[in-house]
Amino acid sequence: MTHRPTIRRLRNHAALPVLIAISGCSSAVLDPAGDVARQQRDLLVHSTLLMLLIIVPVMALTVLFAWRYREANKKARYEPEWHHSTHLELVIWAAPLLIIICLGALTWLGTHLLDPYRPVDRLAPGKPVPHDARPLEVDVIALDWKWLFIYPQYDIATVNELAVPVNRPISMRITASSVMNSLYIPHLAGQVYAMAGMETRLHGVLNEPGVSQGFSANYSGAGFSGMRFTFRGMSDAEFAQWVRKADDGELTRERYLALAKPSENEPVRHFEHVDPTLYSAVLNRCVAPGTTCMDHMMAHAMTEHGTK
Amino acid sequence: MSPLFGKLSLEALPLHEPILVGTFIVVALGAIALVAALTRYKLWGYLWREWFTSIDHKKIGIMYMVLGVVMLLRGFADAVMMRLQQAMAFNGSEGYLTAHHYDQIFTAHGVIMIFFVAMPLVTGLMNYVVPLQIGARDVSFPFLNNFSFWMTVSGALLLMVSLFVGEFARTGWLAYPPLSELQFSPDVGVDYYIWSLQLAGVGTLLSGVNLMVTIIKMRAPGMTLMKMPVFTWTALCTNVLIVATFPILTAVLALLALDRYVGTNFFTNDLGGNPMMYVNLIWIWGHPEVYILILPVFGIFSEVASTFSGKRLFGYSSMVYATVVITILSYIVWLHHFFTMGSGASVNSFFGITTMIISIPTGAKIFNWLFTMYRGRIRFELPMMWTVAFMLTFVIGGMTGVLLAVPPADFVLHNSLFLVAHFHNVIIGGVVFGLFAGINYWFPKAFGFRLDPFWGKVSFWFWVVGFWVAFAPLYVLGLMGVTRRLRYFDDPSLQIWFVIAAFGAALIACGIGAFLVQVYVSIRHRKGALADTTGDPWEGRTLEWSTSSPPPEYNFAFTPIIHDSDAWWDMKQRGYRRPTSGFKSILMPRNTGTGFILAALSTVLGFALVWHIWWLAAASFAAVIVVAIHHTFNYDREYRIPAEHIRSIEAAR
Repeated sequence: MTHRPTIRRLRNHAALPVLIAISGCSSAVLDPAGDVARQQRDLLVHSTLLMLLIIVPVMALTVLFAWRYREANKKARYEPEWHHSTHLELVIWAAPLLIIICLGALTWLGTHLLDPYRPVDRLAPGKPVPHDARPLEVDVIALDWKWLFIYPQYDIATVNELAVPVNRPISMRITASSVMNSLYIPHLAGQVYAMAGMETRLHGVLNEPGVSQGFSANYSGAGFSGMRFTFRGMSDAEFAQWVRKADDGELTRERYLALAKPSENEPVRHFEHVDPTLYSAVLNRCVAPGTTCMDHMMAHAMTEHGTK
Repeated sequence: MSPLFGKLSLEALPLHEPILVGTFIVVALGAIALVAALTRYKLWGYLWREWFTSIDHKKIGIMYMVLGVVMLLRGFADAVMMRLQQAMAFNGSEGYLTAHHYDQIFTAHGVIMIFFVAMPLVTGLMNYVVPLQIGARDVSFPFLNNFSFWMTVSGALLLMVSLFVGEFARTGWLAYPPLSELQFSPDVGVDYYIWSLQLAGVGTLLSGVNLMVTIIKMRAPGMTLMKMPVFTWTALCTNVLIVATFPILTAVLALLALDRYVGTNFFTNDLGGNPMMYVNLIWIWGHPEVYILILPVFGIFSEVASTFSGKRLFGYSSMVYATVVITILSYIVWLHHFFTMGSGASVNSFFGITTMIISIPTGAKIFNWLFTMYRGRIRFELPMMWTVAFMLTFVIGGMTGVLLAVPPADFVLHNSLFLVAHFHNVIIGGVVFGLFAGINYWFPKAFGFRLDPFWGKVSFWFWVVGFWVAFAPLYVLGLMGVTRRLRYFDDPSLQIWFVIAAFGAALIACGIGAFLVQVYVSIRHRKGALADTTGDPWEGRTLEWSTSSPPPEYNFAFTPIIHDSDAWWDMKQRGYRRPTSGFKSILMPRNTGTGFILAALSTVLGFALVWHIWWLAAASFAAVIVVAIHHTFNYDREYRIPAEHIRSIEAAR
């Protein structure tokens, strides 16, 4: 809840009418429910304010000079040959430089602290992750054009619905079956691409329960616009109940291959029992019978090379 | 596949798409009317002799501008269709465009606006102005210049053909694999994309070489590098960028073509292909590309600010250094286009910070224009109005750009409508505003009369207000988490913003319409108050204003000698008088149709490759080679303008 005062402070800030307009529209980007997304939002706001320090004076000076030195104003000084001033040159190079030094420092810190590959070390400001906490693991597969979420710790999988308990760290591994997509859950954390044959990571934590949307943020073909899923934040008890809801049978490799065929606006599905090697097989592009897994191929190539 | 027609069959004609059939009928009627008019007024010979085969840099520059404006109409039509679709597709409605059509539109919009609107307009201005500014009679390689232009037309033409024969890519303007690979895009759309860019790329690269050599080798005596006009400096840097980066685009598209045509696996998912390699390579071209567009317009603003403030440019050397620094830095920022693809924090920070560093020289430039206005006597003619509008608009676009360079902020805004608003803010607020400033500024030089100020102001206000009405809502939507390239929406609260944006697009349409009216009205009134008989209507400072408007084909009867960066201003201050005798004959290059023929054959080659019509591809490729070799035997390439003729032209000024 600590982020609320920030928003209120912003509302008092006369220079940000646009932000005010949007914060009235319950924007997930500017008023998210997860600690990582909130820190990203804070960095966004602080960077903007820092840059306005120089943007606003420049805009004001532009208007002022344009008005004051208009041709009709014969009272203004006119110096047609004046074109150099070492002092001014120093200022006009140093002022942006100073802003960029500050912003660069913010960027270096923020990028490392909010690296999506880095497990979260706090649930909220001042609330470190307890030592015994076990992060919720989710393996995400972007399919044409739906999302498959595998929960290896619970042996379940869902299509187009992702539920997480609040205040528990989440650790995602992300890949794709065919084309590139980008997994974006604005309330949780910024996006990361989902790419076939590659694995990306995303860590986050949700602080408030509620229902919102996640989606693909990278155009992936005809069914792209419908590639959305429901994102549910719930209490531990509700989550335990949700996990038991799985009623669409087992997710075998055959069912996966059928599911992976291009389709649009797929309904939510809950599978119980998931082939434990499925995610790794998708990542290494060997779900279909008779295909060689990429990691095996590489291991094989390396041994071959080593024996020579 | 038939051996005679390849993949081409009657099914390639989009007869089931009423929008396309309607467009085709309108285009066909327009083309018939144009052909009829040209025949009726017996203009074909004139066009062929005086324009199509011309190797005069001024005429080629003007033809580039015409190409850019024509393609602007097509690219803008795409924009209007997108805005309409997104404003309509709410509450269960999927709008009026199918995914198949809509996805082609946003791809074509991006490709056309960058490659066939912004590039030709920028190249056209450089082509027209640079030789005049450096006191040269033409570019270094005049025939190559004509050939470059027609290759650009060839690419544009092939892309336009895709509208009515087959289809265009449905991949987004950079055609990321694996989506653009044969497996996921089996039809000809991506092939049209590849070959139209490859054809146009030949033109762009050769024109880059040409202008770079021209600026290095053909400056008038006394014009040292640090006495070059700023526009020429920015043109030099832009052409260096073109020469250094366009080969990367050519190479990466060639690799994609190999994947699609030969079955290699450079960028496929399987067999060791690496799609991210494509993303890296295309952005190593793509990021410098935006500086290729913006640097020359920075030059335009420098010329305009100094001329209309009646004052020397503030901080000339710092302007030059800033341009050079931007040129170099533009190579080491490309990864900021894909922070979200899982690079490590240190890599992301590095590219984020290098990106921010570019804002320092850019900021210095803004300050330099500001202090050029300071203690000036500013005449608010149209070019200056565009300059002030640019300064106020561009700083916002720059700020949102730096914001996107902060990786954690990019994680929440990447691919959002905020990004779309940002790059339109710098491309419209920077490049387009700059092009209008440049067009209004140099038009009297090219044609001998100014553009009508009333309709120019109408266009100006519609464009500037329209820009903000169209793109401010996209900033808002981006901050609400709305991603780009969506065809329909399910959150009804978003609709109002899209309706406002569509209204903004309508305002911009009025701006474009007013510009066309401005040109028409100015041509009608060219003999009256708009006429420029002095050659120097704006109290200019650089050499192009020392010639007549329009300049004679040889530009300068005598090669000027330069003592100052504002050469013409300096000459006027020293009471320069134009010589009226002592003329010598001038050797000039002769027109040739070879560039046109080569480009026409290349268009056929591109079409044949798109449709896998192998016999035609082989034949047209062989024909290109034969014509090119034949041209090397053409020794009659120059003619001499007699001194007598020059005397009479100079006396008539």
